Amino acid sequence: MISQVFILSSQGDHLIYKDFRGEAGSDVVNLFYEKVTALTGDQPPVVMRHKDVHFVHVRQGGLYWVATTTADTSPFTIIEFLNRLTALVKDYCGSLSERSVQMNFALIYELLDEVVDYGYIQTTSSDILKNFIQTEAVSSKPFSLFDLSNVGLFGAETQQSKVAPSSAATRPIQSSRDQGGKSEIFVDVIERMLVVIGSNGVLMKADIEGEIKVKCYMPTCSEMRIGLNEEFSIGKSQLRGYGAAVRVDECSFHQAVRLDEFDSLRILRLCPSQGEQTVMQYQLSDDLPSAPPFRLFPTIERDNGGRLLMYMKLRCDLPPKSAGINVSATIPVPKGSVSLSQELSSPDQSAELQPQSRAVVWKIPRFPGGTQLSALFKLEVPGFSSASMLEVGPVSLSFELPKITATGLQIRFLRLSPFQPGPAQRWVRYVTHSDSYTIRI
Amino acid sequence: MPYIGSEDTVRDLRRVLSNPNVQSDQLRYRNTILKVIRAMSQGVDVSGLFSEMVKACATVDIVQKKLVYVFLCSYATLNPELSLLVINTLRKDCQDPNPMVRSLALRNMTNLRLPSLVEYVEQPLTAGLRDRAACVRRVAVLGWAKLHNLQTNSEIDAAVVNELYSLLRDPDPVVMVNCLRALEEILREEGGVAINKPITHHLLNRLKECDIWGQCEVLRILQRYRPQSEDELFNILSLLDVSLISPHPPVMAATLSLFLSLCSGLPAVGLAALERVRGPLLAACGNTSREMQFTALCHIQLLLRSLPGLMGEHYKRFFCGYAEPAYIKQRKIEVLVELVNDDNVAILLDELRGYCTDVNISTAHAAISAIGRIGRSYSDKCLEILTELLGLKQEHITSAVVQTMRDLVWVCPQCSRTVCSAVEGCEAEIQDSQGRHALLWLLGVYGEQVSSVPYTLEVFIDGVRSEASVGVKMELLTATVRLFLCRPAETQDMLGRLLHYCIEEETNMCVSDQALLYYRLLHCGIEETRKVLQCRRSDPSLGVLIGRPAEPINQWSYIFNTLEPLRPGAIETDDALTASVSAPLSLSLSPALSPEEFEDLWLQQQCPTIFRCSPQSLQAAMQLVNIQTLAFTPPHTLPWRVYLYTNTQNKHSADTCHGTLILGELLVKKNTAEKGIKVTLKQQPRDEKALKGFLSVLTTVLHALSSE
Repeated sequence: MISQVFILSSQGDHLIYKDFRGEAGSDVVNLFYEKVTALTGDQPPVVMRHKDVHFVHVRQGGLYWVATTTADTSPFTIIEFLNRLTALVKDYCGSLSERSVQMNFALIYELLDEVVDYGYIQTTSSDILKNFIQTEAVSSKPFSLFDLSNVGLFGAETQQSKVAPSSAATRPIQSSRDQGGKSEIFVDVIERMLVVIGSNGVLMKADIEGEIKVKCYMPTCSEMRIGLNEEFSIGKSQLRGYGAAVRVDECSFHQAVRLDEFDSLRILRLCPSQGEQTVMQYQLSDDLPSAPPFRLFPTIERDNGGRLLMYMKLRCDLPPKSAGINVSATIPVPKGSVSLSQELSSPDQSAELQPQSRAVVWKIPRFPGGTQLSALFKLEVPGFSSASMLEVGPVSLSFELPKITATGLQIRFLRLSPFQPGPAQRWVRYVTHSDSYTIRI
Repeated sequence: MPYIGSEDTVRDLRRVLSNPNVQSDQLRYRNTILKVIRAMSQGVDVSGLFSEMVKACATVDIVQKKLVYVFLCSYATLNPELSLLVINTLRKDCQDPNPMVRSLALRNMTNLRLPSLVEYVEQPLTAGLRDRAACVRRVAVLGWAKLHNLQTNSEIDAAVVNELYSLLRDPDPVVMVNCLRALEEILREEGGVAINKPITHHLLNRLKECDIWGQCEVLRILQRYRPQSEDELFNILSLLDVSLISPHPPVMAATLSLFLSLCSGLPAVGLAALERVRGPLLAACGNTSREMQFTALCHIQLLLRSLPGLMGEHYKRFFCGYAEPAYIKQRKIEVLVELVNDDNVAILLDELRGYCTDVNISTAHAAISAIGRIGRSYSDKCLEILTELLGLKQEHITSAVVQTMRDLVWVCPQCSRTVCSAVEGCEAEIQDSQGRHALLWLLGVYGEQVSSVPYTLEVFIDGVRSEASVGVKMELLTATVRLFLCRPAETQDMLGRLLHYCIEEETNMCVSDQALLYYRLLHCGIEETRKVLQCRRSDPSLGVLIGRPAEPINQWSYIFNTLEPLRPGAIETDDALTASVSAPLSLSLSPALSPEEFEDLWLQQQCPTIFRCSPQSLQAAMQLVNIQTLAFTPPHTLPWRVYLYTNTQNKHSADTCHGTLILGELLVKKNTAEKGIKVTLKQQPRDEKALKGFLSVLTTVLHALSSE
């Protein structure tokens, strides 16, 4: 049961406040903000209490999404609800930011009114909601260079040559109905890697978490069929043949997905509702089908002047045609390091010493597969001792691998049936992120 | 946030709203109303515009209507008279051919929260229950709950309750779930909606039609059902098996909760259910939402209390990511400590070592003390890592390591040699008082084994004038006296100086009193002093039971899937004693105590009660009445000691914080003439009644044992 829902900006401005049960006053909003900003680093912020009022909140899009409730409520339900609410707002407003919430507050009040009644969640399905929501989204389209991001959107097999700008998928879903917007469907395969590589180069942990998301802008879509790799298998026992099987350990589907063709043909059938939904989630633990994308060969020593020399060789083991983008390596350095001098192999790279986080951050905007980069960092460390060497490492990498899935999962085809009148566009994109990619030194 | 010029804003808005030109232009009218709502949600008091907004309510534009209702529902309680004007429009809307308009009107009519309007609302609500459109019925059903809570003292209308019960068979699943919710509220005094066999099976059969929110609600309400036979129970359990491994964490958690409450008499089935949710829980730990990860981690900790081996082979899933927030890292570290076994200890320690140099100081401390806790079972490897960490020569790490070593030595005295050689020479880096406190304790207790102790203490004594912390001063006194006992020649002079300073110049009463105590003690002779100071040392034959015994599931099942496991700090001290002492006393093991906390509290409390009865082996019997035995001396040693604790709970208050904590020591001295057990009890906060209650429980157990 939810007593109130409110949305605050990171500065504590009230954006949305809705009281469902009239049990607590609106002063709890300021109280929440005081509490959440007064937390010290080691206190978990998710649940906070003031007398009988319990605050549960999530942070999304730089905003606080807060629900107040009673102690015996299920935290899973409340958090899932808040996450679902953010997803709905994102679907309806196009993007999730302080600005979009501010501009669309009437729409959000309307949504809240339909989604929750008297503190009880009624429905969060966009299929049902679309009949009730009347307000149109106000979307801002500021021109920005960042929108032309380098994550390409590649069409399904019929549209190999066409590339859509990545902002295409960040528009409100409703415009498709009212403003005659394009009827499009996006299928994203997003994977996250959790990798730990030991100092001897041995893979110590390798987990992949992946999901297939469908974002649908079509007002009516009767059925969609998504064909996965035929050699896709779940669990260890199910391996088929000897070929390069695409294997995952666990797999779960959205309840709307019909699996009657899945066992034999690996086809998912569903009727997508408007907006974004996660169709399939899967995990692969302790196994990587291919070599880890990045390897690091560090040499760390001390020169005669008492400086710390770090010679880093980073190799990208992706196939030659693909590349990692926005690669950034964070190398923890001894406390009290004062200055950094660097030798990088190309001018587009950059490196800086961040005293706050005690680390050198080395940024590589684009890193083609099969190449190797090297960098030499010289650090001035006053009071350098042999023990300070222990503070160097482990290096963590963050990166994006567009057009690549770590498990090898691919979408063979994407069919809409019955055939859509008019130009329905189908887009498939693949991306792998580093959730946590650590290389010990 | 009230901001400057809010009065001007309201005045301007009123002028625009009452402008006939604006009123005739639908778009401008709507935009002005938008401005009002925007001001309202920013915290400006716009209640003054109520009458203008009431007028704006009569429109055909649904968007405008919705906006006005948002306003009216927020301010209706401030203007009950003016709100009467809205009722007419609302009642007219309830007859509208468009179901959306009908449901909107009905919902907002009940959301006005005005007891004076109840008589106007009842008729449309009754009609709403029989409406053709499901969306109107959904609203009408909850409307009755709202109405009931507006006038709680009025009698419950039996006709409405019957109607709601019959709507449980409504074709729309949301209407059905809303009926359950409404009946729960209306019949709260009677214990909520009646859950009998037909209703249970009806709900279970329709579970699949509901969305995840509805499923959670139904599963929660079904927790009250008690199956009549074992066959029926297993039928229900097999129906629920699918939801137990649901990919949606809320459904999974609600199902497990139901499972545990249904199987409270069948522990084996409960444990099997825990095994079954392992997969979904682990998946929730890898959820993209940090908050969901955190919730799952907190609940995994609960499960591990009953099934310590549950996640053993999945320990790698709890390794911390670089960019994770500190609160998740610290929970993961706590879980990792629980998962240690012979196979993974090397990899786990290696991973934890990496966290010790984390940028976040509290995460680093959590990792260091986690290594210390693993050290109780694998002391050599852990001490190696801890010693290596001292080499980093960083203030906060050294301090945390010394504190961890102190705790470790207390439990595993055999580590003292390694610890002593490690802490030598690290006094220069420790700046905070807790770290110095720990160091002084180590130096005092193991003064014989470290050659440089007198010099170290001398530095401390020379700087005692500038010492701010009372605790450090007191520990310094104790450490110096202890050192004097084993190395008198080197220490005599500085002890004299320290005592002189503390007695003559120190302003803090605690410190000067303690100094006086030691001074007089030394007057009594060296043997007396030794007796007093060395009895605080822990008994080497007394080992803490390493690895908590697996708790029965019902110890924690009542807080599963509530906010309780997510709250920071398990034990909250609450000074307010519950007023109703007459409530029956019961014992419980939560909040749980760690050995260190036990020891701290033990040394604080002083109120012994002594009586006698005959001895027996206790542990099993004690657990039956919820008394936890924490530490034993090995059997056949004399005197034989048992330490135990429990919490008293007040049955009437749901809040467990109001209990009092009781610590106990049972001492068996067979060599004395009379056979008997000496029982020493300590309590916090003081509560005579609870103490007497506890004693009677304890005597009953002991008598029962002796009569066997």
